[in-house]
Amino acid sequence: MREPGILARFDAGFERFRMQVDLQLPGNGVTALFGHSGCGKTTLLRCIAGLQACSGRLSVNGDVWQDHNVSLPVHKRPLAYVFQETSLFPHLSVKGNLDFGYRRTPATQRRIHPQQVIDWLRLSRLLDRMPERLSGGERQRVAIARALLTSPRLLLMDEPLSALDQASKRDILPYLETLRDTLDIPIVYVSHSAAEVARLADHIVMMDQGRVVAQGGLQETLARPDQPFALEEDAAVIVPAVIRERDLQWHLCRAEFEGGSLWLRDDHQPEPGTRVRLQILARDVSIALAANQDQSIQNLLPARVMDMSAEQRPGMTTVSLQAGETSFLARITSRSAHQLGLGPGMEVCLQIKSVAIIE
Amino acid sequence: MSPEWQTVWLTLKLAGITTVLLMVIGTPIAWWLARSSHWLRQPIAAIVALPLVLPPTVLGFYLLLLMGPEGMVGTLTDSLGLGTLPFTFAGLVVASVIYSLPFTVQPLENVFSTVNERMLEVAATLRASPLDRFFSVVIPLARPGFLTAAVLTFAHTLGEFGVVLMIGGNIPGETRVLSVAIYDHVETLEYGKAHLLAGGMLVFSFLVLLTLYLINGRLNNGNLKS
Repeated sequence: MREPGILARFDAGFERFRMQVDLQLPGNGVTALFGHSGCGKTTLLRCIAGLQACSGRLSVNGDVWQDHNVSLPVHKRPLAYVFQETSLFPHLSVKGNLDFGYRRTPATQRRIHPQQVIDWLRLSRLLDRMPERLSGGERQRVAIARALLTSPRLLLMDEPLSALDQASKRDILPYLETLRDTLDIPIVYVSHSAAEVARLADHIVMMDQGRVVAQGGLQETLARPDQPFALEEDAAVIVPAVIRERDLQWHLCRAEFEGGSLWLRDDHQPEPGTRVRLQILARDVSIALAANQDQSIQNLLPARVMDMSAEQRPGMTTVSLQAGETSFLARITSRSAHQLGLGPGMEVCLQIKSVAIIE
Repeated sequence: MSPEWQTVWLTLKLAGITTVLLMVIGTPIAWWLARSSHWLRQPIAAIVALPLVLPPTVLGFYLLLLMGPEGMVGTLTDSLGLGTLPFTFAGLVVASVIYSLPFTVQPLENVFSTVNERMLEVAATLRASPLDRFFSVVIPLARPGFLTAAVLTFAHTLGEFGVVLMIGGNIPGETRVLSVAIYDHVETLEYGKAHLLAGGMLVFSFLVLLTLYLINGRLNNGNLKS
């Protein structure tokens, strides 16, 4: 039977933690492995690649890569891996680097060809250069292109942006979005940056100490008040939306999502019809029992309380709410929660102080 | 061919064959030493380094016993119909390979240990098998080390004296190499002929080392610049 998606079950001891995961990841789109450094997310990625020996079972879209009696060596797994730091072969030109994996991929398995990736990642001017003469961002673009030229069935990326400066990150992110939207293969993306995850991922696996602490679709999972990152300072939900109108007089635009509309500052001046991801921080959301128009906050949404976290940090409560089909998180003081008498099922009004478009 | 040229040719032939053989034998040994954490690693490393510290006559003495008609290797080669190795050119090659082993293995081991593990992982994810990784990634990255190892091995074999004398003797055209010929000339007070060979050797060695340093300098600069 062909099981779709990636099934990974690992159980192995490492120096700093014990890896115990049992994952079922979707067979397409971007899955983010998310967590603090040292949580085991890179180790998990290396186990999937076969770079790290790890007892368990792994199958990718029905093909078994590892089981108790077999484990394909790395070079026999049809995957591509983009490493965190520069990993170009210093003795080969950009072209030589690109050809390295392409030449080793059987002609019948080649679905991605050099000219395509050279166009996608705008490498035509760099082909004759040696890696030493490239900027950090250019190197990572070449490394991504080189990986794709093996026509992988699974793309693994280990914090590909973390060694880059802000400008290079901004430079590369659109390329990654292009890949996500163009390639028809699953991408597993390791990151500790909530911003990158919010922008790229469709699915998220949160890890801590070698274990999975939460997983699921990006929006649902981020909106769960019991997931560990909901309790952190920059906890946020991601809301996909479409820009509907712009109000030039007040420098605002209206973004429509499933269950309502939000007004936000018209900084990016998106054309109506543009699809965007909105990020709303839990600390920017407050709760009122009734819509009170008599105040400065523009975005008021009727919503229903779904769940409330136990008080994890003294005095603060994280509340999850639903407006239409969309989930939100609100971080309020426990005293307010008590005074308002909040509880699951209550109809309330969300007051959203600030909304950001994720670039 | 004059006896002088015969000697020079024989010496170069010995050094050349030894170098080629040692590149083939020494590379896997050096790779293993650079990568392994096996408990045998240190003992093997010590055995490989032995020729550095042993007097050549000690090495030659045991090789003579081992390869002679009563020795283990000698009985084997004899039973294979190859005769015994002492006092033959083949015997000199075997002795030189052992004698010059550390001069091949140590530079290679040094350069192999500088090859970034990450590069091998990258090559593996790009579909390169272990052997392919070695030839397409390790050897190009270790090029300066190979050059150093080859030159040191060649030059060291050229200057071999004690071991040759112990197991090879002094047979013109078979085992009479430069260093032995120079010794002979000095013994018989033929200083002119000794000068010719010794001076030639001096100039040759200098030129070889100069070439090595120039090439290595260029490789390093090239790596930094390009």
